[in-house]
Amino acid sequence: MSEPARQLLMDQRAVERALARMAREIVERNEGTQNLVLLGIQRRGIPLAERIAMEIERAEGERPPVGSLDITLYRDDLMAIGPRPIVGETRLPPGGIDGRVVVIVDDVAYTGRTARAALDELTDFGRPARIYFCVLVDRGGRELPIQPDIVGRTVEAQSGQRVEVLVPELDGRLAVELRLADEGAA
Amino acid sequence: MSEVAPYLGKDLVGLQQLSAEQIRAILDTAEPFKEISERPIKKVPVLRGKTIVNLFFEASTRTRISFEFAEKRLSADTVNITASASSVVKGETLVDTARNLEAMRIDMVVIRHSASGAAQFLADRIRSNVVNAGDGRHEHPTQALLDMLTIRDHLGRIEGVKVCIVGDILHSRVARSNLWGLTKLGAEVAVCGPRTLLPADIEETGVHVFSRIEEAIEWAEVLNVLRLQLERMQAGYVPSLREYNRVFGVTRERLERAPRDLLILHPGPMNRGVEIDSDVADGPHSVILDQVTNGVAVRMAVLYLLAGGAPERVEAAKQAPSGE
Repeated sequence: MSEPARQLLMDQRAVERALARMAREIVERNEGTQNLVLLGIQRRGIPLAERIAMEIERAEGERPPVGSLDITLYRDDLMAIGPRPIVGETRLPPGGIDGRVVVIVDDVAYTGRTARAALDELTDFGRPARIYFCVLVDRGGRELPIQPDIVGRTVEAQSGQRVEVLVPELDGRLAVELRLADEGAA
Repeated sequence: MSEVAPYLGKDLVGLQQLSAEQIRAILDTAEPFKEISERPIKKVPVLRGKTIVNLFFEASTRTRISFEFAEKRLSADTVNITASASSVVKGETLVDTARNLEAMRIDMVVIRHSASGAAQFLADRIRSNVVNAGDGRHEHPTQALLDMLTIRDHLGRIEGVKVCIVGDILHSRVARSNLWGLTKLGAEVAVCGPRTLLPADIEETGVHVFSRIEEAIEWAEVLNVLRLQLERMQAGYVPSLREYNRVFGVTRERLERAPRDLLILHPGPMNRGVEIDSDVADGPHSVILDQVTNGVAVRMAVLYLLAGGAPERVEAAKQAPSGE
């Protein structure tokens, strides 16, 4: 094997710095924290949204509400016969999303299908004034015309590779790794 | 990438055929589905374009409506067919009905029938997914699933919980499904009722049997109180409704003597003043309306999981000759 099975793309410090910058960018674009709602996409988007909210609070003295969004039931591959993906919790912050500035937070932007599903699901919850799409890593490979607004790090990954964001809540540490896709899930 | 739930197979006929893992998967899937019914738009596009037929050969209001809400909240198109049991008794007619429906390209059938085994009979003969909504004395799996979900919601677990099913065990598909499901998930199960309404071999199944309701109340953490079908009295199983209430009725006075608070379930519709008193049905420990709410979520979960099918069985059914 000439290629290592996994390669560190971002260590803890690098992820923390990226999240702090993303938090600043969100506040800058929104010209403050008013009306902001962060929605983390199940599962690793949620702890990332919580961290961004913490960074915003540190800088602005006010913590935007954080909710969770599970897009499973809006996936475009559910029509296929096959095992059903496990459905996670969707919990919007009190007050909902009508008229608010919603920031969808996910770990990795890849095909764009998750973001498409999230946009469809949000439409069923209300009409936000504005939606931003925010990811820690953009790995390219889009299959739909959807681009993230705020990106922590852009990497070029091959289709045979997987970009894995690790968070302390689920994986015990904060990092981003590049893996061969056929290696077992973490 | 994402984790997947275990297959349930093509059909849900009964809890007897399911593993503990499959039952847990249904209950776990039902949890996030509860939230959908609280949304401003109570609909997700999971079964968009799928056609579901609710084939009810036996009167039912709440089960049919609960299934219909579940189907509509998953965006399925639904058709209700109600046939009187007297006009459609023979299996052949049932299959003919179902085959005609299949010829119109349906995807799922929810069936209620007075004959035990009707759901399995149908499931073996059509390609569509079949969900048993109650067949004779055999099983009523979604009722037991919603009972278990309600118990888990309130007590945090099912394993080790002492559940006593009270009433007409002999004729009850709700009791049978509960017995299968609860024992598979590790609950301690007991039954209590008149000897005439308990199966003759009930002791051999390993469940506790209480002949006095006072003993059952002293032992149990959960009472699942079954409806006393009024025709049982006419058939001579119980002397009178008043007598039944006096001996087996779940009353406030009896519950007040219990060493702990009991959770009270009832599959409905209730005969107030017969198997359960109004004080209990409307009391602080009654979770009867939670059962109704959970019923929609459990049925959504079942339909969602079945829609994945079991590829090999779906293929096998397609290959099978259509003749009998």
